[in-house]
Amino acid sequence: MTTANRTVWAYRRENGRVGVRNHVAILPVDDISNAACEAVAAQIKGTLALPHAYGRLQFGEDLDLHFRTMIGTGANPNVAACIVIGIEPQWTEQIVAGIARTGKPVAGFAIEGNGDIATISAAARKAKEFVHLTSAQVRQECPLSELWVAAKCGESDTTTGLASCPTVGNMYDKLIPAGLYGCFGETSELTGAEHLAAARAASREIAEKFMRTFNAYQQEVIEAHKTSDLSDSQPTKGNIAGGLTTIEEKALGNLEKIGKRVRFIDVLQPAEAPARGPGLYFMDTSSAAAECLTLQAAAGYVVHCFPTGQGNVCGNPIMPVIKISGNPRTVRTMSEHIDLDVSGVIRREMTIAEAGDALIEAIVQTANGRYSCAEALGHREFVMTKLYRSA
Amino acid sequence: MPKTPQLLVHDHRDNVGVVVVENLAAGTDIFGVVTENNSEIHAVCNQDVPIGHKVALRDLAVGEAVIKYGQDIGKVIQPIRRGDHVHTHNLKTKRW
Repeated sequence: MTTANRTVWAYRRENGRVGVRNHVAILPVDDISNAACEAVAAQIKGTLALPHAYGRLQFGEDLDLHFRTMIGTGANPNVAACIVIGIEPQWTEQIVAGIARTGKPVAGFAIEGNGDIATISAAARKAKEFVHLTSAQVRQECPLSELWVAAKCGESDTTTGLASCPTVGNMYDKLIPAGLYGCFGETSELTGAEHLAAARAASREIAEKFMRTFNAYQQEVIEAHKTSDLSDSQPTKGNIAGGLTTIEEKALGNLEKIGKRVRFIDVLQPAEAPARGPGLYFMDTSSAAAECLTLQAAAGYVVHCFPTGQGNVCGNPIMPVIKISGNPRTVRTMSEHIDLDVSGVIRREMTIAEAGDALIEAIVQTANGRYSCAEALGHREFVMTKLYRSA
Repeated sequence: MPKTPQLLVHDHRDNVGVVVVENLAAGTDIFGVVTENNSEIHAVCNQDVPIGHKVALRDLAVGEAVIKYGQDIGKVIQPIRRGDHVHTHNLKTKRW
């Protein structure tokens, strides 16, 4: 069977999208609703609370991003149904309405005037109803090419650019022409390779949009706040231990993730859902793993491919994360975190094309329901991106 | 069965390669491969170099560009001899 007509066993959602997990998410609108959400998740088995640190007194673009991340998380096809709990009814209802546009079951509860205990009681009854509904759902055969698969690397070293990132790139070169949606981000970690990234845009208009986004991150984030050349942060201590010396070197390895042939067709804001059809997208994100993955999941991506050299352990609560490493020492010392060992590439026992095929197999297995290492180990990092201080 | 390389070089223009085996000791005559065209190279490493770290393929003067992936990855800040370990002590970013 050719790659183009492979299938996976997955969940077809009300809006036609394909999900690979069947979560009932309990989503807090704000930090002070975490306790109620966690109480509901403790009471009702098969639900998943998504506590986070923000949601109060945000404004402007930062508030827009908060809503986009909340709604996008609830709307992700890996979420079968969603309970939203907030302190106040207005923002709670706004998020419920956004998630409801997918057609999936969603209900909102506000704590003010009710207290935690009554809110938890009402939300738990609804969550139990949702669990019965979703646990009766059966996986269906869906085209592999309908998956949305994101990528981001972490704790990179020089083996990342030699083996694990090109493995992801090879997978994209094979699956994106068949209809897959791909996504890469890490705006700051393209520093030194931005000219090569811009050259991979599908048109001059998209290349210019990419360079505007890249330059804005340099000016508004790096130049505005730096106190040194960032050599204490970027590359990270782990990157340096792994042999990466400069941001340019790190960026060139990072960019290997987008393969040799595919071109990106749009530049997305953080957590923005792609809207130009199948293809590769660039998203403006931080390079911190949990932040980037949270934004990619909120944009609707359902599987994640994560190359690592020194052994980043990051996961995501709703999107299975597949770890790929080409560093034989990491594969040996941190084996419980590595889903796909591509260290054969640096021994010249395995080609990049073979590694790409092995990754496609790992994506199929994971989409069919097999837990990734990060899932089995309970990695559920859910980290909102905050653009500036609250009012 | 081809010999397992100890050093990989991305591009024929590169002036550094990456050590891809553990416990590479000073004085080792390294067998390397340029992945772009499968050509073989040899170099003697002057220090113990950990896996993942870089070795210079030629002498490099202060201010010269270190080239990897055929691209500029930063500037030389201490003189480098062929076979030297190349890292934060002798290579620095040109950015930020």
